[in-house]
Order: sequence, then C-alpha cells, then structure tokens
Amino acid sequence: MFDPLVDLEVESQGKTSRGISRRTVLKISAAAGGGLLLSVGLPHLAGSGSAADDANFAPNAFVRIARDGQVTLIMNQVEMGQGTYTSMPMLVAEELEVDLAQIRIEHAPPDDKLYGNPRLGFQVTGGSTSARAFWKPLRVAGAAARTLLISAAAATWNVEIASCHAAKGAVIHAPSGRKLTYGELVDQAAKLPVPNDVVLKDRKDFTLIGTSAKRTDATGKVNGTAEFGIDTKIPGMKIATVSACPVIGGKLGSVDESKARNVKGVIKIVRLDDAVAVIADHMGAAKKGLEALVITWDQGASATFSTADMVQQLKDASSRPAVVAVERGDAVKAMSASPTKIDAVYQMPLLAHAAMEPMNCTVHVRKDGCDVWVGTQVITRAQAAAAAVTGFPLDKVKVHNHLLGGGFGRRLDVDGITQAVQIAKQVDYPVKVIWTREEDIRHDVYRPYYYDRLSAGLDEKGHPIAFSHRVAGSSILARWLPPAFKNGLDRDAVEAGAGPYSFENVLVDYVRQEPPAGLTTGWWRGVGVTHNAFMVEGFMDELAAAARQDPVSYRRALLGNSPRAKAVLDLVADKAGWYKPLPAGIGRGVSVVFGFGSYVAQVAEVSVGKDGRVRVKRVVCALDCGQMINPDTIKAQMEGGITFGLTAALYGEITLKDGRVEQGNFDNYQALRINEVPTIEVYMIYSNEEPGGIGEPGTATIAPAVVNAIFALTGKRLRQLPIDTAQLKSA
Amino acid sequence: MAYRLSINGGSHVIDADGDTPLLWVLRDLLSMTGTKFGCGMALCGACTVHQDGNPIRSCITTIDSIGDTEITTIEAIGRTPAGVKIQKAWLDLEVVQCGYCQSGQIMSATALLARNPSPKDSDIDEAMSGNICRCGTYIRIREAIKHASVAPATNSQKG
Repeated sequence: MFDPLVDLEVESQGKTSRGISRRTVLKISAAAGGGLLLSVGLPHLAGSGSAADDANFAPNAFVRIARDGQVTLIMNQVEMGQGTYTSMPMLVAEELEVDLAQIRIEHAPPDDKLYGNPRLGFQVTGGSTSARAFWKPLRVAGAAARTLLISAAAATWNVEIASCHAAKGAVIHAPSGRKLTYGELVDQAAKLPVPNDVVLKDRKDFTLIGTSAKRTDATGKVNGTAEFGIDTKIPGMKIATVSACPVIGGKLGSVDESKARNVKGVIKIVRLDDAVAVIADHMGAAKKGLEALVITWDQGASATFSTADMVQQLKDASSRPAVVAVERGDAVKAMSASPTKIDAVYQMPLLAHAAMEPMNCTVHVRKDGCDVWVGTQVITRAQAAAAAVTGFPLDKVKVHNHLLGGGFGRRLDVDGITQAVQIAKQVDYPVKVIWTREEDIRHDVYRPYYYDRLSAGLDEKGHPIAFSHRVAGSSILARWLPPAFKNGLDRDAVEAGAGPYSFENVLVDYVRQEPPAGLTTGWWRGVGVTHNAFMVEGFMDELAAAARQDPVSYRRALLGNSPRAKAVLDLVADKAGWYKPLPAGIGRGVSVVFGFGSYVAQVAEVSVGKDGRVRVKRVVCALDCGQMINPDTIKAQMEGGITFGLTAALYGEITLKDGRVEQGNFDNYQALRINEVPTIEVYMIYSNEEPGGIGEPGTATIAPAVVNAIFALTGKRLRQLPIDTAQLKSA
Repeated sequence: MAYRLSINGGSHVIDADGDTPLLWVLRDLLSMTGTKFGCGMALCGACTVHQDGNPIRSCITTIDSIGDTEITTIEAIGRTPAGVKIQKAWLDLEVVQCGYCQSGQIMSATALLARNPSPKDSDIDEAMSGNICRCGTYIRIREAIKHASVAPATNSQKG
C-alpha cells in the first residue's frame, strides 16, 4: 500500500528515504477506576513533516496499568494475521520490564486524533507500516511508564532513583532487597510529572525484541473461540445476504419476492439502489430466499464491457502524455545513443482478494444511534460511513472492531459497511449482512490492471545506460486518499518503478486510466511495489539475457548504491546454490526488491510439464527488514507472502464479459493448495537499521523469480500474469 | 419440520427446512461460530466438521442427511486424543496467521491423525488439499501434522 513518506527519487536508487527525527510527547493521568494511564503522542509525519507543537498533542499509544498490575495496551493496529497483536505489545513489554503475557490488548475505538497511524495520518493498518510507525512510540510508552514507576518507588522508600531498577513487573531496591509491584505503585506514579528524560533501552539489552515470542492470538485460533467480525452474536440479531447488480455500475430494476416470502425463516426483503437483500433467521434461509427472488437488473452503460475493452483503453492510454515520477539524467537521449535498444510491454490482471472470511458487517440502527460490529483496517472510515448513511453524528456511531479473517487490503475499504448500514436502517433489530463467496469475488475492490512499457538502452558491454518505465493504470490514491494524488501522479502506482538500481539515465512516468464507473480499484498486498517488481525484475532478466550475462551478477553490478540490496542478493545466491548445476528439467530465476523499508531477494526453482503446467519446487528468500521485532512472525510473513504471490502468479485473474466479473468462487478463482506449495527457505540478515515492513515484500518478489526461472528453463519470456500455460506446452 | 441433531455429545432440536446446511445451524441457530463459512460449495474446507469421526464439509451437508450420526466441531475437538495433539502442534509450531481457516484445517488434520498416526507427505496432501489458507500457512501445517505424529503422546491414543 501507499507510503507517503517514500521519497521516490531517493528510493529509486535503492536507498531508504526515511530517518526524519521525531519528537515524542507524553501525557500522564490517573486511569478511570484507579491506576496509571499513559498517552504517547508524536507528530503525524504524513502531513507537514514538521514537529507538532504541544497544542497539537495527538497521543496515539495508550498504556494503562491497573492496581492489580494488569497492563493494557489500547491497540490501534488491527490483527489480520501479520502478528501485530504480538509484535506491538512486545515493544511495550521490553521497555516496561514485564512479561508479554502481562499485557492485555484492547481494540482501540475509532479516533484519528488519538489513535492515528503517524505514517499515514489517520487510524489505519496497512502498507506494512505497523512496525515502522510504532517502533519508537510504543517503546517510549513502556520506558516512560517504567521511569515513573521507578520514581514512585524511590520516593516511597526515600532512596536514590539510581539505586532502584525494574524487573518482571516490579520495582526493586537491590541494596535493601525491598520490592513493590507495579500495581502497588500506579496511583502514586499517576501523580508524578512527565519525566524529562525517558531513556530507551540499548539494543544490546533487549531480552524480548528480536526473540521469537509466541503469538498472543494463537490459542483462540486453534480452539474456535477467536472472534472475527462474522462471529458477532447480538441478542435479537437476524442474518441477511445480498445480491448487488452483477453488471458493473448497474442498478436494481424490479424484484418479484412472492416465492422468497414463502421460504421458511425468511423475514424481509430489502431493496437498495443497486442491490437486494434477504433478511432471515439464518444464512441458509437467507440464501434460499435470495435464490427464490426473480430479479431484473437495470444493466446501465457497461453491459457490453469486457477485459479486451479495458486492455485496449490502457494500451491507448500508455501512448498519451505521461506525468514524470522519477527522472535522472536524460533517458531519452541516452536511449537514442545506445547501440542496443530493448522494448517490452508487461501486463498484470485485475485481482480479487478472496480473504477467507467473506465480507460481512453487523449493524444495529436504533433511534438514538448505531452500533457496527466488523473487522476493518480503517475503523474511523467505518464510523464515518455508518454516520453518513444514518445521519447520526460520529459520537452516536459505535464501531466494535474484531480480528480480521484476512485483510490483504480489502478491508481498507468500507463499501460493505455502507451497504450493511443501508440494509440495517430499514429494520429495527440488529442484522448481520454476510456476502456469499460469489458476492465477495464479484463485488470486490480490485487490484488494478496495469499495462506498462519498459525500455532500456544497452552499451556495447550490455550495461544499461538508459532505463525507462511507463506505468498505465487506475489510480487507487485518487479515490482512496485524494490529497495524496497530486499533479496527476499516483505515487503508489510508480513506487519501485526502477527497482533498487542506480541507472545513470532513468525515467519513470505514469498515465492514469480508469475502468468504467462501478468497477472500483483498491489496495492488494503490496500493490504498487508488487506490480512494479514483476515488471522491472522480469525486464532486468531480459536485459541480462540480451547482454549474455548471469542474472545475479548483472543485477549486482547495478546495486552499487544499495549495499543492503546487494547483501540480500548475495545471500540468496549463496543459499540457493545459484552457481551450482541443477538437475535436468529444473530452471532457476532470481529477483531482488526494495519496498516498505525492507530488502528481499528470492530464487525460485521450477519445472514445466509437457502440458505447460508450472510447478514451483523450491523458493529461497533472503530478507533484510532492519531491526526484527519477532523473527518467527517475519519468517511466517515471508512464507505466507510468497504463497500469496504464487497464487496470483499461477492463477490470479479477474476477467470481465458483458460487464460482469466472470469468476465467483474457488473453482474458477483458484488459490494455491498444500500439495502445490514449494519448500520455502527464509534467511534473515540481523540488522540494527530501523524496522522495515514485512507484510508485503515477500509477495512482491516471487512472481518475477518464477517467470525468470521459466525463461531459464524454456527460453520463453512471459510478460503477463497469470502464467499462461498454453504458451509453455511442449507436447 | 424438526430435526434432532447430536453435536459434541449434546442433543439439539432444530426447526428448519431439511435442506438447510449444517453450517448455518451450527453458526446461526446454535451460536457455535468456531466452524467457519468460506465458500458454500465444499471448495475451501473452512467449514469442516466430523461426522462419526470423518471430515465433512458442513456447508453442503443438509440437516436431513445427518440422522443419528454424531457431529463433532472445533469447539469439542480438544476432547479427543488426536485433537489435543494437533492443537498443541499448531501452537508449538506457530501455524496460525489470520486464523480464519484454521478451525477447518485442524478438523481435517485431526481426522487424518486419528486414522493414521504417522502420515506421509502424500497422506497429508490428500487429507489437507481441500482446505485453503490464503495467508499461506501450509508449510507449517505440514510440519505441525508431522510434529503431532511423532510427539511422545502418540502412544496414549492406542491405549
């Protein structure tokens, strides 16, 4: 997802553009019902970049310590599998000197001012930002609380602060052997002034950060007690399922509900502008009722629209004048002076998310307010959406956030919440709206189709003296975060558009082309970087082949400005045995990516059957994500990210015919299964650099490694995803 | 008409159409939400429960087809020897990510382990390939099943 702090010029040279110094602001108060409440604020970086004054104090981390010693972290970053409910409390526990188990997590309520993500300016979990945004504030929160508790104990005993230390949830005065637990100290600590000098632990003294702590959310997820949004249970609640117009942008025409009304358990049929819903006692009856409706749709302007139309529009757009994203040297001039010029068109399809938990939302609209139960990555937007539909002020809309059964960017949008409130508004009882899988896939917010032109000019030795990359596609930012869409440039769409390489002459530019109204594009695990990694790393492999050079050493020679990228490339080549011979029938491909503050290189080994079927046998992944918080979670994110990316590379494609999405369930929108998964080896570089993101980089790197391996094996260059097995048939 | 269902050792009378899938009876009428909805077409395995110990997809199993058979769900699988081992292995190896598919994964894995205490890779593929995980926890699922199959507690199942 979009990262507003990325400096495209700097990152286009494979270097991190961050490192802005941040001032942290502390506030101490007594917790309701006794105890210590600590708020930590830091200026939102996404806006001006300047430090905020105290009048703009915006605390975004709350740590509460109760009289019984229970530590509560009010968590604004949601858990969708990436491990924030473990990594974030680890930051607090490390500095506070408590066991991780002593920290309980509470979902934060919606409040951009209190709980905004400092990297993005509002309350959002996405863009692999959690560790990067909260690495410092949560440690400061823990350290400040520790400092206060030690001061309170020293005052109680009338001893020097320096003679006391904190350990295992207590303050100890070693010379006398006295000890007070945090719970015994909180009331006194809450009366103390804000400490002037909060000293963070030296990294060499970390006992928790950097260790593989056990996930705090695992037990409930293995015994069925974990509560996702879809598991909401409210007294008097009914279940609804919905069908929106299958043609993009179409409206509801007429509905004959006579048969549906006779279905046992059906309570009510609700009409919306573009959809119809059936409310029933249970989902079985709601689905049966929906199937019994006779619906006519007003198909609207896109009734004949197809994928071919969309691709033609993008192709035409890519020849229009473009907006410059990155420019160094003079790529056009250098290109024309090159003895060898290489041009290629790369394409990536629309993609659905297909999170395992289908879209759902439970709503109770009362006379005096509204409650929403959901799992969302953007809780304040969920609140605003419900307020907009009901007309209630924000403070009358309560949003209860939940664990997310997969996010991948889908739950950064609130279309399903708006719809659920529209349905619930028509009844006076709570209603849980559940989308069928078909509804979930056919009315997704899709990863854009990208149509990119890449060119390079090589000198006599095959060295690229010019590199250009024109991105054509929908702008997610223009819809999702309009202020970030400036001068026609979607910074996400072009992120990592020249890879981590130091080309002397480089031009990356962008042309916006939107699909018809009703087909919405959105975030999808690593969207900008994932798309550009495929384009750039596939093309780099073409350049290496044209130069008759080894793909690893060819890339390596261009990573002079990016030692960390070079290091992961070297590590992956070593661990994969890049220079060792392979068995017959196996091809090997490499890719290296910098994105979300992390460096990843991967080698894929593949075979191709006579029927063209690609089998990925082994993936080796090297990662430098800076300081690691929880290495086992990071490893899991690489394993999972690679698997997610492989699904897209091998199968992922949403197509349109007659204005309708053709796919609808896991039979025609396939996901990788256990028998298809390669062995995955993950090697991590231990580093003291600032933490990088881990949710998305693993996904971004895999597809190019696979197509490059196919080229190495078959000589066939695939410039489009998903992989077309028909092109690879040999029988 | 009413159907009497035997679930996790208890008896429940359900007043719903006979073609109602068991999944919705569990989730919406009995508030047993550990069993998950993923596809509605037996394509993803999220809704897997046991019928007399065999893994079935509750999203396509209608309540008029259940008769006297005993249904076991994720809520009660920890009471079986194989369930204990599988749940422990899942925790030991940190399998879960978002966790939504894991009820179904665990039900499939438990059924496998109960009938085959030492499954080979091909057995695991066969038993588990009906369960989709979008987070991509497959590698750890495979390791966890193997971990459970060699765990010292294995003998207790025979005894």
